[in-house]
Amino acid sequence: MLEPLDYEAVGLISGLEVHQQLLTKHKLFCRCPAGLYTETHDGEVLRHMRPTLSELGEYDGTALMEFKTKKEIVYLLNHMNVCTYEMDDTPPFLVNQEAIDVSIELCLMMQMDIIDEVHIARKQYLDGSIPTGFQRTAIVGVNGVLPFHGRNLTITHLSVEEDSCREVKDRGHQIVWRTDRLGMPLTETVTGPELRTPEEVRDAILLCGMVARSTGRVRTGIGASRQDVNVSVRGGNRCEIKGVPRAGYAVPLVHNEGIRQHRLLQLRDELHRRGFTTPESIRVEPIDVSDIFAGVDLGFIHRALEAGGRVFAVKALGLGGLALYPTQPETTFLDELSGRIRVIACLDEAPIVLSSAALPQFPDKHRVIERLRKRVKPGDNDDYFIVFGPEGDCRTAANEIRLRFADATEGVPKETRQALTGGFTTFERILPGPDRMYPDTDSPPTRITEQRVAEIRARLRPAPWVRIERYMKWRVPEETCRYLIRKGGAECVDAVVEKTGVDGLVAAIEIGQRAKALKRAGIPVERLGAAEWVDVFGLLASGRVGRESVPVIATRMAKDGLTAKVAAASEGINVVARGEWLPDLDTLSMDGYLTEKGDTPDKKLRFLAGKAMDVLKGRAPAKEIAEALRERLGARR
Amino acid sequence: MTTQSPTLPLAERADRFQGYRGMAKAAFETFAIGVWSEVEILNDRGSSFVGVILPRSENADDLHIVVKLFNGYNVGIRADRIASARELGYRKAVYKIPEKDFPFDPKKKNVTLLGTGGTIASRLDYRTGAVIPAFTPGELYGAVPELADIANLTTKKLFGVFSENMAPEQYKALAIAIGEEIERGADGIVVGHGTDTMAHTAAILSFMVQNSPVPIVIVGSQRSSDRPSSDAALNLMNAVRSAAECDIAEVMICMFGPTSDNYDLLHRGTRCRKMHSSYRSTFRTIGATPLATVSRYPNGDGSHFTYLTDDIVRRDKTRKPVITPVFEQKVTIQYYYPNFNPDIIDGLSAMGYRGMVIAGTGLGHVNKPLYPAIRRAIDKGMTVVMTVQTLWGFAQMYVYDTGRDLLDLGIIPMDNMLPETAYVKLGWVLGQTDDPKRIREMMTTPINHEITPREPHNGYLILQGGLPEVEAFVQKHWK
Repeated sequence: MLEPLDYEAVGLISGLEVHQQLLTKHKLFCRCPAGLYTETHDGEVLRHMRPTLSELGEYDGTALMEFKTKKEIVYLLNHMNVCTYEMDDTPPFLVNQEAIDVSIELCLMMQMDIIDEVHIARKQYLDGSIPTGFQRTAIVGVNGVLPFHGRNLTITHLSVEEDSCREVKDRGHQIVWRTDRLGMPLTETVTGPELRTPEEVRDAILLCGMVARSTGRVRTGIGASRQDVNVSVRGGNRCEIKGVPRAGYAVPLVHNEGIRQHRLLQLRDELHRRGFTTPESIRVEPIDVSDIFAGVDLGFIHRALEAGGRVFAVKALGLGGLALYPTQPETTFLDELSGRIRVIACLDEAPIVLSSAALPQFPDKHRVIERLRKRVKPGDNDDYFIVFGPEGDCRTAANEIRLRFADATEGVPKETRQALTGGFTTFERILPGPDRMYPDTDSPPTRITEQRVAEIRARLRPAPWVRIERYMKWRVPEETCRYLIRKGGAECVDAVVEKTGVDGLVAAIEIGQRAKALKRAGIPVERLGAAEWVDVFGLLASGRVGRESVPVIATRMAKDGLTAKVAAASEGINVVARGEWLPDLDTLSMDGYLTEKGDTPDKKLRFLAGKAMDVLKGRAPAKEIAEALRERLGARR
Repeated sequence: MTTQSPTLPLAERADRFQGYRGMAKAAFETFAIGVWSEVEILNDRGSSFVGVILPRSENADDLHIVVKLFNGYNVGIRADRIASARELGYRKAVYKIPEKDFPFDPKKKNVTLLGTGGTIASRLDYRTGAVIPAFTPGELYGAVPELADIANLTTKKLFGVFSENMAPEQYKALAIAIGEEIERGADGIVVGHGTDTMAHTAAILSFMVQNSPVPIVIVGSQRSSDRPSSDAALNLMNAVRSAAECDIAEVMICMFGPTSDNYDLLHRGTRCRKMHSSYRSTFRTIGATPLATVSRYPNGDGSHFTYLTDDIVRRDKTRKPVITPVFEQKVTIQYYYPNFNPDIIDGLSAMGYRGMVIAGTGLGHVNKPLYPAIRRAIDKGMTVVMTVQTLWGFAQMYVYDTGRDLLDLGIIPMDNMLPETAYVKLGWVLGQTDDPKRIREMMTTPINHEITPREPHNGYLILQGGLPEVEAFVQKHWK
């Protein structure tokens, strides 16, 4: 259960960055195969990232934060899917034009204005997720709209960019990345900050997904599309929830972020009441208390000291009780502190940081607390936090505690937050600004000619809302329409209707519902493309098989890769003309029919039809059999 | 530092059209805007672009105007699609690296960094992507503060040329400057250099600057210093440390050992070659082992160096350097291939070339049709020396008839001297004498291992991927 939040009252606003992998043969800036994932490696590279100085000779905030972490970055390489480009040992090759084409197609579907000359930029990331230290990215289109909830949702821009590494592990000062995904082409679609409820965010994600899939040229499956959701409340700040894997997950995440920001604003007011009105007013004091904790029976403390680390009490003046201020459901401000400490000070041994107000149980706790009080001398309004690990990292942690409280005096810090299961988020990094973008001097710009755009426009597939409107006119249920568009079945339905003249509703139900059921039953119907479905429905349209044979034939085709005719034959469905099966009906007798009270012509018909089905084994359409039998029964009467 | 001068009238902006021509330039006139204008541009579809107009590359077309949007992306807008453009302000970027005083520590060694033009450290102009080199000690300290923990640094910018433009004049000036800095008491010299011709410079300095009392370390980077993953800072730290602390008083190249951020190798100036167009670990010692490794963090014994050979000239501040800054320009290097036309040699001879290095096939061979031309050239006074294009191994011209014929013609075999090293040495020797006997003697007498008497088996290690044992090795060690 989500605790209630009046979105309108708190001024919740959200926008999306939808990432979608494109279905291209090769990666974006090299000739490595795209979409070839491996779980093993045959080489490793060690790197570090160093921030480049910003314009004012200062390090950019995010960059500095990431430099402070002093991470060893390890890349796992597999020669099957990585070349010297991904290792940052070869400059980029010219940008993959197939990826630019798909991007343009997506832009056109969202009614965007295509950029005349596309320029590649570098977007700095120092977390190691990209070995160069930056992601190559370029805006392809701007100024688009999507019809959404009876209004227009602004699509600010669409960029094409290279995908990043997959994280393998992040422990202490070492982070390990797998490079197979690195460099695969991806589009980022950015909406305006116009979504007003978590449910709208979910629906917008679904809409963007349908648009992408309507092209038939994007990847599907786990990780092929990922969303970053930007959320703020009035008076709060933009926080980016990164890597929301599914539309449905966005609902609790957005809701809880709204609550978190709302609470942080309340915490700010409390800090102001206590006189902490500026970041500079926050003061902390780290005190080495290793001797007090020596011998304490707490595994994590024991391990830290054993490894040569220290235990520090970080005294926070005047901040008593605030660490346990609730932020998200079941989390408190202490989690804000621990997130920053984990990422920046690289102290990742749980519980990372303890508040004096909530120390765990351990033998002799009373005496330890007594000694801590004597050493730390906290005043009535003070708090102190316990951190443990290498001394340098403990000192970094103390500073992060100060910085996080300092941020709290101003409200909500701009952050990138990682989505966790259960609808929670945790600190990932400080949200980078536009300062981390600079031109890629290795890549020439790409001119997009009007002719190229015209050619792409000519082969553009129908937008999802166009299809939904058309299908709903055929009385196809909306749910089925969406399923067809999402799973690529819409392409098949359109081809079947166009080429065989079969009723749209029939095609949509067979492909969108019956086939879906087959798929659930484990039959690989997804192997059937538009051509195969046209083949099946061709038989139906010519009256040579009945509608009930469609799933039977399709199943056989999917399993064995047969043509419709051969599949029908091997299922014993004789594809024959009416004249050839009609005489067989005459051989049917009423033997075995039990005459009872309430005997009706329909009952007789059902009896005969059952016999007919046994004899004809699907050689004839059921509807026609029924008609023929009805005629016969009528004649006898 | 960025300066803003919003009031500067268009007419007074000297760089208003920087890089723009034709249609794009005309649009600047029409809408009263220019480079560094902060603008809002509306195009014919009503799309709005708000940002700063950037200068355009001279070789780009004349149709588009490049705007850096306020979200950081750049876009090129077709000039004839602009419906309206409004200047919101004018923001010309003038950049200067912030300087901080490089701290002096009397306990630390004094190292002089000589600049030739490559950017060792730099700061990025985020708007244009241009790289602004950091060079003064203060600037370097701002960019790579770790340097102050290693040595006291003095810097001198000799010239600003790309590596491919390093030529005899620069070699001479560099050799003289190194001599002066040693004279002034430097404990070590670092030379900042582009990587493309770094090996040539290392070789020529090995001849021009002999008997050095201190290390002379040449350094550069394979990934420019404007990127977070650059090898520049680590190379520079390791080079400065080598100059300050390393015991090898020779001309060396200090560049990445593996492509990983792990350690640098110190290569002997006469035996080193750039072997990959872009890899970080591109420099390899050929036909021998490198001299030492140098790493950022100390080894178990507290030293940052691991020496890989004893065959080195040790640091000795009582030694006086001998500087011989001479070079004959009329020297060439010819890479032999089947069908190499004899006219080329006749032509070079006619143009007055005094020396030619041939990179021959196999053990040092060229085909017979070339013999008459070679004979004519030698008769006319050209010194012709033979090296091997296999890079590894010796020119052993007595093995086959072909080789023996060539020796008879008067070609001087260079044993296992690298072709580029032979080229600079020949230029240096011919700059000192035209006596054939003396030339032959100087060319065949090694000064600093450009010819080695023997090639150890671990001097030739090109591992081939795919082999199980090599794959096992690669899995165990940083690439």
